[in-house]
Amino acid sequence: MRRFPFFALALISAPAFSADMSLTVEIPTLKVAEYHRPYVAVWIEREDHSVAANLAVWYDVKKADGEGTKWLKDMRQWWRRSGREQTMPIDGVSGATRPAGQHRLRFTDGKPPLGTLAPGHYELVVEAAREVGGRETQRIAFDWPAKAPVHLGAKGEQELGQIDLDLNP
Amino acid sequence: MKHALVRVALCATLVLPMAAQAHKMWMVPSATVVSGDDAWVTVDAAVSNDLYYPDHFPAQLDQLVITAPDGSAVKAENPSTGKYRSTFDLPVPQKGTYRIALVNQGLFASYELDGKKQRWRGKADGLKTGIPAGASDVQVSEMASRVETFVTQGKPGGDALKPTGKGLELVPVTQPNDLVTGEKATFRLLLDGKPAPNLKVVAIAGATRYRDSQDDMDTITDGDGTFAFTFPKAGMYWVNASTEDGKTSVKEAKRRRVAYTATLEVLPE
Repeated sequence: MRRFPFFALALISAPAFSADMSLTVEIPTLKVAEYHRPYVAVWIEREDHSVAANLAVWYDVKKADGEGTKWLKDMRQWWRRSGREQTMPIDGVSGATRPAGQHRLRFTDGKPPLGTLAPGHYELVVEAAREVGGRETQRIAFDWPAKAPVHLGAKGEQELGQIDLDLNP
Repeated sequence: MKHALVRVALCATLVLPMAAQAHKMWMVPSATVVSGDDAWVTVDAAVSNDLYYPDHFPAQLDQLVITAPDGSAVKAENPSTGKYRSTFDLPVPQKGTYRIALVNQGLFASYELDGKKQRWRGKADGLKTGIPAGASDVQVSEMASRVETFVTQGKPGGDALKPTGKGLELVPVTQPNDLVTGEKATFRLLLDGKPAPNLKVVAIAGATRYRDSQDDMDTITDGDGTFAFTFPKAGMYWVNASTEDGKTSVKEAKRRRVAYTATLEVLPE
């Protein structure tokens, strides 16, 4: 009888043992004559700038004849560090472009697309490139795994708005 | 009269890459880094004073040699030669780096006939018929020039940049379509397939019309033929080296001039 509550407690708290990361990417509303939704890539870099994980790639997936892939290279840091080695679409990572607003993404340690990150220092990178518009990258440095819940953020200036990164141990 | 002048100017440009410093031959692709299997580029090819403005003479597209990442030869699409420039299109369906080259190999002769200085330009097999009997003071020189640019779809690499072993050629240490401002870019120059040491290499950024000086950078190849530039700004760069030796392929020619030029695009970080 005494063992049961213990057992139940273990079950309930089990999900908390797998660390996760919650990310909010804001695409700003822009007052421009010709607006196209930006291409956005989100990835994690190791200290040597190699890519530990591709988390999201939003591009024009529906354009005929794969025309949408033609502009992937405009996210030029992502393209150089990872994109040019990928075959699009990337399962569980790539998807359609998104409208202005806040977009919440959640990633769990050990599960794709985050996978298992070795303990260490990383940067989360968000890059946006917009047709007939600009290009911007924002970086958030973090240590993994987090020892306690951490809130981190960056503020975009042109093509990106507020970016929030919450890490849970 | 005008025609003759133009022809002489062209000869000078093609034959004397060192002496004709003012005239630069080049190719500029519409993009060097492309994504997607349906990608095409369009290329301008010309001889000009300013980079990269066609203002003098079109490049001759019969010299065009395009090599795909798998090493196969590719034909240019929609070739056209205009007053000041030649253009052509190139589909780039293969992943990897395409080498686009204008390869010129030929002979240049000067002689006197009836007391007048004359010039002749052509291939080795035309030399005997090209110079009239009775010509005196015949001077023949050989030239081998290569003008290149590169386009990469997807990840840089492949077999296109394998040296042919003829003339001056560029071998990548840094991939020529992987150049970013502030990062050191390293290459090797080969002469007839062997390292070309102690050669001066010049790099000039494009858009020369919008500044007062050439702002050229130069360096010297080391014993291994290796040289490096750290490009300060993004843009197209004209990279050139040339040399002279006595390794001619026809006995009539005493000297050989060898030149290499590449247009390299440097992207912002």
